[in-house]
Amino acid sequence: MGAITADRRDVSVEDVAAQVLEMARRHGATAAEVDTSTARGLSVTVRKGEVETVEHHRDKSLSVTVYFGARCGSSSTSDFRADSLDEAVGAACTIARFTAEDPYNGLADAAELARVVPELDLHHPWTLTVDDAIALATRCEQAAFAVDRRIVNSEGASATTYESTDVYANSNGFIGTVRSTRHSLSCAVIAEDEGGMQRDYDYTSSRVPDDLLTPEAVGAAAAGRTVRRLGGRQIKTCQVPVLYEAQAARSLLSHLVSAVSGPSLYRRSSFLLDSLGETLFPAHIHIFEDPLLRRGMGSAPFDAEGVATRRRDLVREGVLARYCLDSYAARKLNLSTTANAGGVHNLTIEPGPDDLAGLLRRMGRGLFVTELIGFGINGVTGDYSRGAAGFWVEDGALAYPVEEITIAGNLRDMYKGLVAVGGDVDARHSTRTGSLLIERMTVAGH
Amino acid sequence: MASHNTQTDTLRHAQDFLLAPAGLSSGDLEVVMNRVLGHNIDYADLYFQYGRQESWSLEEGQVKSGNRHTEQGVGIRAVAGEKTGFAYSDEIMMPALLDAATAARAIARSGNPGSQALTSRTGGGMLHLYEPDDPLASLPDEDKVALLLKVEQEARRMDPRVRQVMASLGGSHETILVMRHDGVLAADIRPLVRLNVSVIVEQDGRREHGSAGGGGRTDYHYFLTEDRALGYAREAVRQALVNLDAVAAPAGTMQVVLGPGWPGILLHEAIGHGLEGDFNRKGTSAFANRLGERIASEACTVVDDGTLPGRRGSLNVDDEGTPVQNTVLIEKGVLKGYMQDRLNARLMGAAPTGNGRRESYAHLPIPRMTNTYMLAGDKDPEEIVASVKKGLYAVNFGGGQVDITSGKFVFSASEAYLIENGRIGRPVKGATLIGNGPDVLTRVTMVGSDLALDTGVGTCGKDGQNVPVGVGQPTLRIDGLTVGGTEE
Ligand SMILES: [Zn+2]
Repeated sequence: MGAITADRRDVSVEDVAAQVLEMARRHGATAAEVDTSTARGLSVTVRKGEVETVEHHRDKSLSVTVYFGARCGSSSTSDFRADSLDEAVGAACTIARFTAEDPYNGLADAAELARVVPELDLHHPWTLTVDDAIALATRCEQAAFAVDRRIVNSEGASATTYESTDVYANSNGFIGTVRSTRHSLSCAVIAEDEGGMQRDYDYTSSRVPDDLLTPEAVGAAAAGRTVRRLGGRQIKTCQVPVLYEAQAARSLLSHLVSAVSGPSLYRRSSFLLDSLGETLFPAHIHIFEDPLLRRGMGSAPFDAEGVATRRRDLVREGVLARYCLDSYAARKLNLSTTANAGGVHNLTIEPGPDDLAGLLRRMGRGLFVTELIGFGINGVTGDYSRGAAGFWVEDGALAYPVEEITIAGNLRDMYKGLVAVGGDVDARHSTRTGSLLIERMTVAGH
Repeated sequence: MASHNTQTDTLRHAQDFLLAPAGLSSGDLEVVMNRVLGHNIDYADLYFQYGRQESWSLEEGQVKSGNRHTEQGVGIRAVAGEKTGFAYSDEIMMPALLDAATAARAIARSGNPGSQALTSRTGGGMLHLYEPDDPLASLPDEDKVALLLKVEQEARRMDPRVRQVMASLGGSHETILVMRHDGVLAADIRPLVRLNVSVIVEQDGRREHGSAGGGGRTDYHYFLTEDRALGYAREAVRQALVNLDAVAAPAGTMQVVLGPGWPGILLHEAIGHGLEGDFNRKGTSAFANRLGERIASEACTVVDDGTLPGRRGSLNVDDEGTPVQNTVLIEKGVLKGYMQDRLNARLMGAAPTGNGRRESYAHLPIPRMTNTYMLAGDKDPEEIVASVKKGLYAVNFGGGQVDITSGKFVFSASEAYLIENGRIGRPVKGATLIGNGPDVLTRVTMVGSDLALDTGVGTCGKDGQNVPVGVGQPTLRIDGLTVGGTEE
């Protein structure tokens, strides 16, 4: 560790990034890229009317990748003092001496880099004091307790605000800064009756404080979700249609992205190998990325390599239109980058005409899944088996809560059997979907 | 570095390493602690951490990437009743410490700032479960690369159907120093290594996956001894080949026999989390207020034991400076105890059990498991399988998850077989098993004599914090667990 400096004013993150690129050059690297992030935030939790935790967050991190021709190494640190940064660059260079040459290594092609960084309206700081946060969380939890006397306990309500500055720079001259904020209110409560306890939660999150739902709305929704689970029971093993509530449906899109992303493809460890141009979904399904959406939770003007993002289809009329690639995977697969270094941005499945009630009516009889637990997805074969909780649906309406069951199938069949997409889009997350109705799955119970 | 370390040596090393470079003396820490303390503060601690991690990964026959990470900082916590104020800084220096102290203590707004002369003392009974030496320096970098290449070659040598081999080697070395308001100073120097191998095999257009690995609080030489590294490669290939023949798994409730070792993830999910102090103090666990009650069959005794030398889940002291211990959770079927950190122990009028853990200085400590396992019974494992007419024999698992409040838990089998008329039959595809925590151990009808611990790859996530843990168990028969296959 180095000397102590009395001056604690923040050096600009851009300067730190530029400094690190210069250090890499001095260490002899032929190319380098650096990712830095500084953030601060406040998170307050109130439980049963009393403050439980007040957490002040102040984070920073820097990661650097250096290239010596076709060899690379990387390192990261949270210490921005010059000698520590130099040590981090040195560590990355040392690693690069021992790694193998890989002709696909390197920065993104200069031609792909974002030339202008569009303003996406992601930065709306909230001057939330600890007292304000306590008041909001208290109102939220009170609203939950007020819904039903069977709400007997709480895991608490939280108000959180987080502000960050992310800078990506590389030795091809790219430097881009994204300032963003993220605020949320959440509430998790417990209901009890003679059959036992149930817990559920709800939350609101946004880039903009004024776009958050009221604490009362969040608390009431959390309580409603919890109380309706009381009396859950197992059902008999059966094969039925399954309707995933929007919040749970998101995971089905994540499994798709993971199967068509670079590493799964070049490692040949995906159940969707060589499926470009193949009809994976019914013709009414349209899935796209919308990275430039103003105020979007997953918006980004450029990806983790500085490549310009734009709206791109992933699935068009049921057909897989492209893979999700960074420039390394793209070079390996002899394709072009799709600006997916670091992930997908506002992946969206085009909503259908039915709202949730409409989808339940359309299903008629089957299982409505509101929560999934466990990780039973085999990405190589597409075999799918997860724990679930939700409701048995009879005559298009919720009949009774269901728990301690699993739902199983194969993702290929599930995607083919995606008969309807709801208009009830959950926009709180970077993956945006309404509820999804799957034609048939195996439900295991007693 | 001397290999016979005492707590005094560890403490001195941690102070030299964490505080001296910033010019911080123990007097400075007292100043910071006094800034935190006030009349309403029941508990406070300062947690200093410095850690280095590295990872090397191999794919397509070459080690193409490596990463090194350095992390340091200090977390300051003040507790008043059930309220916790928390702030942290990645700068270990006096102004940042004082800022964090002021932010943390704001939790107790009334009351005057107190002042207290701290008599430093060390927590007694320091364990010595692992060597303090830096595992990252235990092998030259070229030998780390060579080890991964050997693993790759072994996997490919095993069978021509092996198409892809991915392997990664990682290590970390962490020094922590805790100062509590009661003057206790404790330190720990924690090594941790792991090696993971994952393979894809292909036959007639069908691809399957297998994985294996291990590690612990030791250095990289662990993998070079007893043929461990190559053993993981062989095990990953064996599992993948088994899965090439797997048929659809059954769906429904049936008798399940769980193999020894890693299937102990059952205990971690079904009862472990539910017995953590925080959920029980708050009454949100399905096990709350059930001490002394029968929650398992008489054949079941389950412990959480942080004192196993060199194990991944072990610690000399927890992250609040409490020595770890072997805590009996369930004895002959009866619920005996919860796992506690200091906050929840105090609020429940119980003793801390050395289970206060945190992912880093930037996270609050909470009750966490260490190594959780069931003691051996007296049944011959073959006899257990032979006793099942029709059921499932599951020997390898991926992850699991639990809903603490309803008690419902899942864990996903990655290698399982049908049992037909007491014989192990065809392999079946991976399937999730789901059960009810407070009820599942009452259905354990046979416990094997073959207690085994896992190989050391488990990571537990709770409240967004990941910590290394261990699990273990002997072969078990459970009469009635729901298997989430597709075959009715
Ligand atoms: Zn866990």
